Amino acid sequence: MPPVKTRLPAIEGWFTLDEDAPALLGSRCTTCGNFAFPKETFFCRNPECQGKEFAETELSRTGTIWSYTDARYQPPKPYEAADPYVPFAIAAVELRAERMVVMGQVVPGVGVDELTVGSEVELVLDTLYEDDDHEYLVWKWRPRSATTGGRADA
Amino acid sequence: MPEPKSVAVLGAGMHPWGKWGRNFVEYGLAAAVDALHEADLAWTDVQYVAGADTIRNGYPGFIAGATFAQALGWTGARVSSAYAACASGAQAINNARAQILAGLCDVALVVGADTTPKGFFAPVGGDRRDDPDWLRFHLMGATNPTYFALYARRRMELFGATEADFAAVKVKNARHGLENVNARYRKEVTAEEVLASPMVADPLRLLEICATSDGGAALVLTSMEFARRHGGTEGLVTIDAVSTVTPRFPQTIIEMPNFSTDSAATSASIGPTFKQSVALAAYEEAGVGPEDVSVAEVYDLSSALELDWYEDIGLCKEGEAERLLRDGETTLGGRVPVNPSGGLSCFGEAIPAQAIAQVCELVWQLRGRAAGRQVQGARVGVSANQGLFGHGSSIIVTR
Repeated sequence: MPPVKTRLPAIEGWFTLDEDAPALLGSRCTTCGNFAFPKETFFCRNPECQGKEFAETELSRTGTIWSYTDARYQPPKPYEAADPYVPFAIAAVELRAERMVVMGQVVPGVGVDELTVGSEVELVLDTLYEDDDHEYLVWKWRPRSATTGGRADA
Repeated sequence: MPEPKSVAVLGAGMHPWGKWGRNFVEYGLAAAVDALHEADLAWTDVQYVAGADTIRNGYPGFIAGATFAQALGWTGARVSSAYAACASGAQAINNARAQILAGLCDVALVVGADTTPKGFFAPVGGDRRDDPDWLRFHLMGATNPTYFALYARRRMELFGATEADFAAVKVKNARHGLENVNARYRKEVTAEEVLASPMVADPLRLLEICATSDGGAALVLTSMEFARRHGGTEGLVTIDAVSTVTPRFPQTIIEMPNFSTDSAATSASIGPTFKQSVALAAYEEAGVGPEDVSVAEVYDLSSALELDWYEDIGLCKEGEAERLLRDGETTLGGRVPVNPSGGLSCFGEAIPAQAIAQVCELVWQLRGRAAGRQVQGARVGVSANQGLFGHGSSIIVTR
């Protein structure tokens, strides 16, 4: 058996590391309630609000697809592509409560043929890239209808 | 409605687009010299130089105005350099226009040029974990075509656009650009060829996504009073509006290079979308409307995106762009030809030059000098463009 690699988030503080039910970490303005992702830290994006304080908040783990596409060709650095390159799908997902759209890769093995606008997806954690000792995790979207893909299965 | 605040366009010039691999300054100078020649003015007549910056050519690119001024020979002319992604050229035009309208100068030269690397645009180098443009590549592998494709798929879902419609835009623009000496791609393509080209970002194919090019464009702008003294007002072409508005909160359409939209949970999104507001502000400033437009140059970063622009600049209602295209209304000879130059489809994108090149084309169209692609009797031209980080522009040119 290969040695177990240490698993680290590919970026600090953007999502929880809950393997079963991960969530994106956004912010909520304590003055006007505006949501933001990534987190707002300095000044509220709502121009009518002077808020400077924000509470970290877990965003909805599920949403509906606003639109989707895929990446047939390897994106340039700083994307860390596997060798050989494996194409992936990308979805922009509408979160109902937050009334915002959040992008993310779709879990491996799910192509554009399996996606439709308006269909439901859920957030999972999955490997973005690895080195000899580490696996770097990122959020991905998985269709509710899919049975495979992503860390929530692990 | 107040009279539009106009500046005269006395000269337009371009260096042909291509993948020449030479220093961007050379393209800018060639365009500037052509524009000055067309204006019948000398470099020493220029009082203000507005450069549009390139971020991929080192320091000379960041201070493009001074780079071009030095290369033409220092004259003491005042200078500015502007960066606004794809709208950089429009910002340079606006800088020059503001100086003229404020009465601070009479003659200004606007120049933008770029030398581009091969393939997808990548973020500038370094390990920059607080830069959303760097992070979208790193965390999602989201290239520019990713975003164009999201919009294209959305059109298919909402309005019934088809892959054949997207291909038809490419076929149209390729035909438009055939005779344009400044275009990089001057070859007719068939819908079959477009649909047989490799899928890059579903549903967009290789021939439907604009390339990155080398090129340069320049304009000589003057006050109306100077233009009257210099050559009279007969057939004079003027810029009557330059819109560089930013989005309004909440911006609910995903935009490069962001991971998310604004949230509309606490403030409902009302009024026009960002791209609609870019053109609306230009129409309002110029005192004209979409019904007055005889020719448009819009940013066809992808074939599908051109269809979005038909609606955003008011040529038709939302969801009607495909009908406009299918009826030939936006083809040369139609009611309102779009991208008679061939558009980005035939040029590829030379970022800081592109918004200036759009105006060059409109100027030549309005003067009746667009050989092989002339829109007959063109009186009002509109350009529209959009870049990263909430930049966009729309410029109205009239005769």
